[in-house]
Amino acid sequence: MTNKVTIPIGPQHPALKEPESFSITLEGENIVHSSVRLGYNHRGIEKAAEQRTYIQDIYLIERVCGICSHSHSTCFIQAVEEIGKFEVPKRALYIRTLIGELERLHSHLLWLGVAGHEIGFDTLLMYTWRDREIVMDLLQMLTGNRVNYGINTIGGVRRDITAEHVKQILKDVDTLEERTKYYIKLGTQEVTLAQRLSGVGTLSHDDAVKLGAVGPTARASSVDRDIRRDDPYASYADVKFNVVTDNHNDVYGRTLVRLGELMVSYSIIRQILDKLPEGPVSVRVPRKIPVGEALSRYEAPRGEDVHYVKANGTDKPERVKLRAPTLANVQAVSKMLEDGHLADVPIVIAAIDPCFSCTDRITVTVNNRASGSSQVMDWEGLRRMGIEHYRKRGIDFRNIKGIK
Amino acid sequence: MAFLNMLYHVLFFPGIIFLFAVSTFAEYYDRKLYARLQNRVGPPWFQPLADFIKLLGKEEIIPSKADAAMFKLMPIIALTSVITAFFLIPPWSRFTHFSFEGDLIAIVYLLTIPTFTYFLAGWYSTSLYAMIGSARSLFQLFAYEIPLFLGVLAPAVLANTWSINGIMRFYNHHPGYWPLNIIAFVVTLIALQGKLERVPFDIAEAETEIVAGPFTEYSGKLLAFFRLAIDIEMVVGSALLSAVFLPFWLNLSPLLTVIASLIKIFFIITLLCVLRTIVARIKINQMISFCWNYLVPAAFLQILINLVLKEALLK
Repeated sequence: MTNKVTIPIGPQHPALKEPESFSITLEGENIVHSSVRLGYNHRGIEKAAEQRTYIQDIYLIERVCGICSHSHSTCFIQAVEEIGKFEVPKRALYIRTLIGELERLHSHLLWLGVAGHEIGFDTLLMYTWRDREIVMDLLQMLTGNRVNYGINTIGGVRRDITAEHVKQILKDVDTLEERTKYYIKLGTQEVTLAQRLSGVGTLSHDDAVKLGAVGPTARASSVDRDIRRDDPYASYADVKFNVVTDNHNDVYGRTLVRLGELMVSYSIIRQILDKLPEGPVSVRVPRKIPVGEALSRYEAPRGEDVHYVKANGTDKPERVKLRAPTLANVQAVSKMLEDGHLADVPIVIAAIDPCFSCTDRITVTVNNRASGSSQVMDWEGLRRMGIEHYRKRGIDFRNIKGIK
Repeated sequence: MAFLNMLYHVLFFPGIIFLFAVSTFAEYYDRKLYARLQNRVGPPWFQPLADFIKLLGKEEIIPSKADAAMFKLMPIIALTSVITAFFLIPPWSRFTHFSFEGDLIAIVYLLTIPTFTYFLAGWYSTSLYAMIGSARSLFQLFAYEIPLFLGVLAPAVLANTWSINGIMRFYNHHPGYWPLNIIAFVVTLIALQGKLERVPFDIAEAETEIVAGPFTEYSGKLLAFFRLAIDIEMVVGSALLSAVFLPFWLNLSPLLTVIASLIKIFFIITLLCVLRTIVARIKINQMISFCWNYLVPAAFLQILINLVLKEALLK
């Protein structure tokens, strides 16, 4: 076959859990070109954060992502605490680390299931998601919530953990470790699984560095980078752990890295619970944060999460900028899809563990496609355009009280 | 009277009503077992029936660019061909009315027709996903059809007949011979999984890649017919395998013969279900190389063995 067809994967497609558009040009079953288009799920969170107080922002930022909610809120809070120079109690830092590692467990187990589903191995999906429930129950026990935990607050955490909690966590971690060992055996011995994952979506070490890949995606291309070790935050400086890397450079390597990280997380959780210091879990902090700015980094399950906060002395931040790990990894997807098959597209996209809603933060609008010129809009212009857009469709915001 | 008798057999037993009941139950059994193997609860017994009735009541949407006549015709042809194939298979040896020398070949060909209807249905839907799915479904045909054909040929070679009734009669006379076809049985079982387009060979319908393959644009009654055709194809395929490869328990009373046949059919469905539980979907190129590198030589080996055995044992 010599005729090329371009098929859309998304914005609505069974392989994608969130709206995103991949345009794949095929020659037969082989991919000749691919492009990614972001921007279907822009929610304006950064701007919304500027209009709320720091306390309100914790809950807003936590909702950037459903899976790594603790990562985002911790990352934001670390920046704020750095600006205010608050001393956070050690016990609070340990609890943050514990929740962060539990979150990594459920995120990686979720990923393993999704990866299984993308290659038609639904049994793996059902097994891993069953096991993920154990972590979800633990998180519910510790924080009261299964998804957005709401445990962080500026200057500490909002809930303490008890001796019963510790006992339950240790018991469940043992169960999970045993199951994970089974998945590692499965991943390395199952023939169809290995056939579908090996040599698929290759990203060389140099490309991974050049395209700025982060997290397990980079580590599977033997980029030895982990914020937990390189720039320790919370209580990671107090625990011993290895950074899992792999030199397969493909989806198989990314699977092995994530499975390895699960094992590392179990060990970190045990060390944290073993060393858990006594003391208060939070300090009182003023509502107004002094003038200053800070950049905070956090190793989320999907990779490095970066938050920048600028404070102007009031109780609201002047600027909040966040970069979710998917934004760093999505560039590499086109490279990974090169010379692949159509059948590999879902698993290659899934292998970066994408979270597109977290990534969509686009504020530049291409107004005039014909002449190719683009225009940077300021806030007022963007606001006016939004109002006009809805007025044409019969919704007039001017009639709503309080909006001019 | 003969006509009425015939009508009874076509409509009720072992006809359309019976076949409908067995195939919907087979779908339930397959789904329930799949769910239990995956540590899930699974659907209630009436779920396939409820799905069928619900689909019948749903709106039918035909894409404006699609060829409406072909689009509507294809599910009917698929359903007709699998039902016809069922009448030729005598899992209940006393109830075959349509047996003739060479019906084994006829069944294999009748079972090929649904694949062509999937191809044409996808092609005339004019949707990108459907067209890729239908091209894949035709590619797959080249992979599994030859091993399937060679596989069912092997017992026939040993029995020296092309009729299923003849094969069953032969193995009835020589009760110890049927396990000799074990290689062909395994080959045919895997090829049947390909024919039914189930994991690991559900490449044509790969949900995460091309939505629903050839059936992407189908809805309502037409989709219900396609799904029923697939269910019946599973029962017919399993019945064919049980007739050719498991020819035992044949001298029982009529009722017990039917029960024994159903047990054999559901045994084969169990094997198919376990197979789809434990593997991932492979790629089309991997499937073709697997079928030609492993299944076809294995099937030839079985035929060779059977030719030698025929000389050695039956002379």
